[in-house]
Amino acid sequence: MMSHANAHDLQLDPAGHLKHLLTVEGLSRELLTEVLDQAEGFLGVAQQAVKKVPLCRGKVVANLFFETSTRTRTTFELAAKRLSADVLNLNIAASATTKGETLLDTLRNLEAMQVDMFVVRHAASGAAHFIASQAAPHVSVINAGDGRHAHPTQGMLDMFTIRRHKGAFENLRIAIVGDILHSRVARSQIAALNTLGTGEIRVIGPRTLMPAQVESLGVRVFDDLREGVRDADVVIMLRLQRERMSVALLPSEHEYFQLYGLTEERLSTARPDAIVMHPGPINRGVEMDTQVADGPRSVILEQVSNGIAVRMAVIAMCIGTQNLRGQSAVGGLDD
Amino acid sequence: MTSSKKISIVNGYLIDPASGTDHEADLHLADGRVLAIGAPPAGFQPDVVLDAHGLVVCPGLIDLSARLREPGHEQKATIASETRAAAAAGITTLCCPPDTAPIIDTPAVAQLILRTAQRHGLARVLPVGAITQGLDGRHITEMAALKQAGCPVLSQADRPIRNSQVLMRALDYAATFGLTLFLQPQDADLSEGGCAHEGRVATRLGLPGIPEAAETVAVARALALAEQTGARIHFRGLSSARGAEMLAEARRRGIPASGDCSVHQLFLTEDDVYGFNADCHVIPPLRTLADRQALRTAVAEGAIQALCSDHQPHDADAKQAPFPETAPGISALETLLPLALALVDEGVLTLSAAIARLTTGPTAILGHDLGRLAPGRPADICCFDPAETWVLSPETLVSQGQNTPFLGRQLRGRVRWTLLGGRIVHERA
Repeated sequence: MMSHANAHDLQLDPAGHLKHLLTVEGLSRELLTEVLDQAEGFLGVAQQAVKKVPLCRGKVVANLFFETSTRTRTTFELAAKRLSADVLNLNIAASATTKGETLLDTLRNLEAMQVDMFVVRHAASGAAHFIASQAAPHVSVINAGDGRHAHPTQGMLDMFTIRRHKGAFENLRIAIVGDILHSRVARSQIAALNTLGTGEIRVIGPRTLMPAQVESLGVRVFDDLREGVRDADVVIMLRLQRERMSVALLPSEHEYFQLYGLTEERLSTARPDAIVMHPGPINRGVEMDTQVADGPRSVILEQVSNGIAVRMAVIAMCIGTQNLRGQSAVGGLDD
Repeated sequence: MTSSKKISIVNGYLIDPASGTDHEADLHLADGRVLAIGAPPAGFQPDVVLDAHGLVVCPGLIDLSARLREPGHEQKATIASETRAAAAAGITTLCCPPDTAPIIDTPAVAQLILRTAQRHGLARVLPVGAITQGLDGRHITEMAALKQAGCPVLSQADRPIRNSQVLMRALDYAATFGLTLFLQPQDADLSEGGCAHEGRVATRLGLPGIPEAAETVAVARALALAEQTGARIHFRGLSSARGAEMLAEARRRGIPASGDCSVHQLFLTEDDVYGFNADCHVIPPLRTLADRQALRTAVAEGAIQALCSDHQPHDADAKQAPFPETAPGISALETLLPLALALVDEGVLTLSAAIARLTTGPTAILGHDLGRLAPGRPADICCFDPAETWVLSPETLVSQGQNTPFLGRQLRGRVRWTLLGGRIVHERA
């Protein structure tokens, strides 16, 4: 109705290449596949004696974290460093904006320091879009989590992990369990799974943790965990925040675990070769049993290493100085 | 500003919903009032003749909700800037909600606004007094004194009263003085933290939602309390099909309730929020296409009696933030008439019904006698060209607030002259 820049226009440059990564939505299957293929090439970098490639030498990446995070910030930092970029870590949660400086002021100041990329985490949905819409033309923005909206690199690292274990997405049945309502991770996973042509996507959880009209995202809804994971190839557990208990969304961690906590026994309805994933950090005994978390089907730690490769791919696609189209470019830089 | 002269508006097409006038007729004004309609009185010598050939001549529009931002938020707008915008939009009377700073909870603040508006002389500004002191939702204001000071109605702006006992007593007390309470129906708890309609789009964008029930629960409570107390209530800014239906049902049962709707609710939907478009961040939120359709029907059938701008001008900074952190509201005075006319184009309303929703509808709710063109009545008049098309742009906007999703939109219908008390307060060459 009204005309305004949508995410799709904002994320791609006029040639159709990735400029910002704000959300998985609106990106083509080809582009998502390119991210996964690039990441595949970068996975080898970690095995080298010198874990670096010079693709982003001379570039400056600023981690702008308005919300605290250890894992995501660290893996972004490692990814940028392995690409030979200079990295600035700004923990804004504790600095500028609390002194009354607006988000826009912070942005302008960093631009004046010739930053090439902002990796942004913010508590408000739409924050990365806002920053991308306001950033100078040469600056790229990667969304490292905005409110409940999106966490596209987490979504893509999960796709990467699934593809490495299961190959094509067409015949997969994937179950996502827990707090869908507040989860930016779930939204990005669902968008990516749909774009990649996944056979069936299920969401499982109590009604209080399901957003309105959740089926409109392209998922089947289950109230019961056992039914929901039946014949699943992949079971993704979401993190449950403790504060959900204080606002009448859930009665107790105990009842949540009784109904939606993943145990070996409840996992028995899934396919025998099913893998179990979790974006971390895990609340053991709330979302899942320790036996499952550390068990043979868990790929949780692999997700973390894969996260570095996927983030390298995304950073390089946005600001890399070499032509990355095609695997050989990466391979050629290994020495 | 021209002083009050003898004016004839000739060759225009006169629409006055109060009298049912809907034909070509001349209008003659003297001493700030309508002197005659049709032939001039014997010996009448106008100082000014306005040729309104091709124009619609109607009562000046009455807007039940327009923030002027003064006192207290002059970085956003002032009474001077916004009454100038109102004049350019054909609006001659504006109701200013009480959430100024200081809040309109004492006669002094009401009188300050009245005096400032009178000094600028571009529109009649009616201060809406607060129902509770400081809008705290607990202690009722000196309602009789506020009425005496010139507040025709009282409201809580967008800060609903949580406590039902307080609301019931406020209704009872207001009824003592025949005061209508304007209630923006939104349950405080169900809407807390929300910034978009709880539905498909908010789910996709991960925006905290405001469910339809936030409105229907508040409408149901207010209707029950109005029925219990016999007090008159007006729902300011209905946004849902079900809310409008509940109001229509209550009116059929004789409960003294009325309702209005912000005109943008009849054109935008939740889908316009895609892309995190902060200019579409409004409270109540833009709802579904089905809601929009039902609201249009309710306006057409008269279940909703008035259209308003819900004008909320902002400084640029207020919209320069991630969507949930932006200030809600649209700078909307100048799209009120063109959007109402678009409803005529789209077959929702007749031209005279559209004008009724902007004149007699609002005055009936306010319980005063502006909004009609009859001999002896104040000459508050809007003359507009119903055929002229124009584009809303930062250059054409008169309001200090540039926050509107309709920028760049081609509009039809543009005001040529606005007269307030017989003085020309806006003229477009």
